[in-house]
Amino acid sequence: MSGGTRAIAALVVPALLLALVFVLGAAVGEQALSADFAAKNSPPSPGHPFGTDWMGRDMLARTLKGLSLSIATGLIASGVSAVIGLLVGVAAGVFPGWVDSLCNWLIDFVLGIPHIVLLILISFAAGRGAAGVTIGIACTHWTGLARLIRGEALRIRQEPYIKISRRLGKSSGFVMRRHILPHMLPHFIVGLVLLFPHAILHEAAITFLGFGLSPEQPAVGIILSESMQYLAAGAWWLAVFPGAALVAAVLLFDALGERLKRLFAAGGWREHP
Amino acid sequence: MAKLAKRTVKQLLRLLSLLLAVCIFSFWLMERSPVDPVQAYVGAGAAVSPEQRESISRQWGLGESPARRFGSWAGSVLRGDLGDSLLYRRPVARVIGEKFTASLALMACAWVLSGVIGLLLGILMGLYRGGLLDRILKTICLVLSSTPAFWVGMVLLAVFAVELGWFPVGLRVPPGIVESEATLLQRLHHLALPALTLTIASFGGVALQVREKMAAVMDSDYILFARARGETKGQMVRRHALRAVAVPAVTMQFALFGELFGGSVLAEQVFSYPGLGQAAVQAGLGGDVPLLLGVALCGAVFVFTGNFLADLLHSLLDPRVREGEA
Repeated sequence: MSGGTRAIAALVVPALLLALVFVLGAAVGEQALSADFAAKNSPPSPGHPFGTDWMGRDMLARTLKGLSLSIATGLIASGVSAVIGLLVGVAAGVFPGWVDSLCNWLIDFVLGIPHIVLLILISFAAGRGAAGVTIGIACTHWTGLARLIRGEALRIRQEPYIKISRRLGKSSGFVMRRHILPHMLPHFIVGLVLLFPHAILHEAAITFLGFGLSPEQPAVGIILSESMQYLAAGAWWLAVFPGAALVAAVLLFDALGERLKRLFAAGGWREHP
Repeated sequence: MAKLAKRTVKQLLRLLSLLLAVCIFSFWLMERSPVDPVQAYVGAGAAVSPEQRESISRQWGLGESPARRFGSWAGSVLRGDLGDSLLYRRPVARVIGEKFTASLALMACAWVLSGVIGLLLGILMGLYRGGLLDRILKTICLVLSSTPAFWVGMVLLAVFAVELGWFPVGLRVPPGIVESEATLLQRLHHLALPALTLTIASFGGVALQVREKMAAVMDSDYILFARARGETKGQMVRRHALRAVAVPAVTMQFALFGELFGGSVLAEQVFSYPGLGQAAVQAGLGGDVPLLLGVALCGAVFVFTGNFLADLLHSLLDPRVREGEA
């Protein structure tokens, strides 16, 4: 396999796996999630690889469903978050002075309240539920990307072609749209993908604490918080497999982001520390 | 030194402005919440007449404008009065004081442990960069930093508390014993698993960051020269690398307060450890607005203290910043 094929494969395989989990989870119907009291509390077996819970529901089906819910929430939240990061970062990098100071202050402000506490506050304000979590994650995860893009924008501003464009009388808006934003695209895409793991982890955490998705939805956080009650009784599989699946999904997203980063770097895109 | 003093004052003013913003923002969020504070106060199912509700809401000034209410709340906060907790029926300041001590013990253990383990592993990885040891350790750290703290806690709970029975399943003291009568050993016994959880959830990230710094150090000219002089790896670490890596590592560790706080919320929830994090969750689920505001404020002060110390240490420890070069 040539280097190029390998690079593409390394990119496509995690993406396909995640897409598969998402589709499988979405395809899991009521039937697979229904209670079967004849087979309750059974440890992992060939019929139920992840075991069953106290109502005899298959844990593999519930985990898949939960992961696909998490991925959907993560997609929306990190998409919004990345856009906020892009806007704040570019604004800070293009307009030095009070806009830059304001953006930095805003970043420090969001980082100032511990994430989990801020998520609890926002979820409380939104009356809990999926909307609260999504808004909360979207509002809290853009800071890192904003900082990165600000630095990049500051660097690009010094390039000769920007200076020439300005001397030719182009407006700040024109320079931003035509010269700076296109340069931010790789950062934006990589940042978006790398936001995913954090978004999913925080979604699971806040749901675990009882603020996120409603108990009727088998989100991974819900599954894990329910399994807390059965952990003392020795039902370890209720916690171990769904959690491990969550970690695996997070690692896949991480790998995807890192690969993308390397791919863009190979294409002449300079990596910013 | 005058430069440092000026920097510090400026930094403090900035933190004050941020703190004020945190107050306003949290207050605004609470204001927006659909949870009815009077309902949360009287509790579900309690027989309370509409007149009594009316009088409670008048006493709390619920009819007044949000700005006026914020003014009176901020005024009492400045006097050190955070109001009364609805759940604990005690002053919020006292509840937070108690819970924060418990959380602080937990966070301090994890902070020191994750710092030391992270620094050691990071140096080791950077020293043998690209080798087998580096690759194994890096994978472990990467997996750990992607693992949610509460799941680590649950796995530890299932293994060490339920299966092996080495540690208690939760709480801060054995059941049936008054908090003040528990011995130090009992307390440590209960602290062990939550602290271990928080450590495991934190050190991976620390180690990976130290590794980056260490990699940069190993590429430097002075290490090349040291190698040319025939120094061993141990000598290189002791004479050059440790110093160069320790400064950013310590600074990073202070900037980690926010994540530490978040992790402790989760660890406390898993082990029913009665700390500030658990209070925050109870307050959020139970609609205890004064307590929630108090915890948010406390968390923000905690994080800002960490950032402030990080900045101060950075300027004290790094000679380049101290002399005003950078």
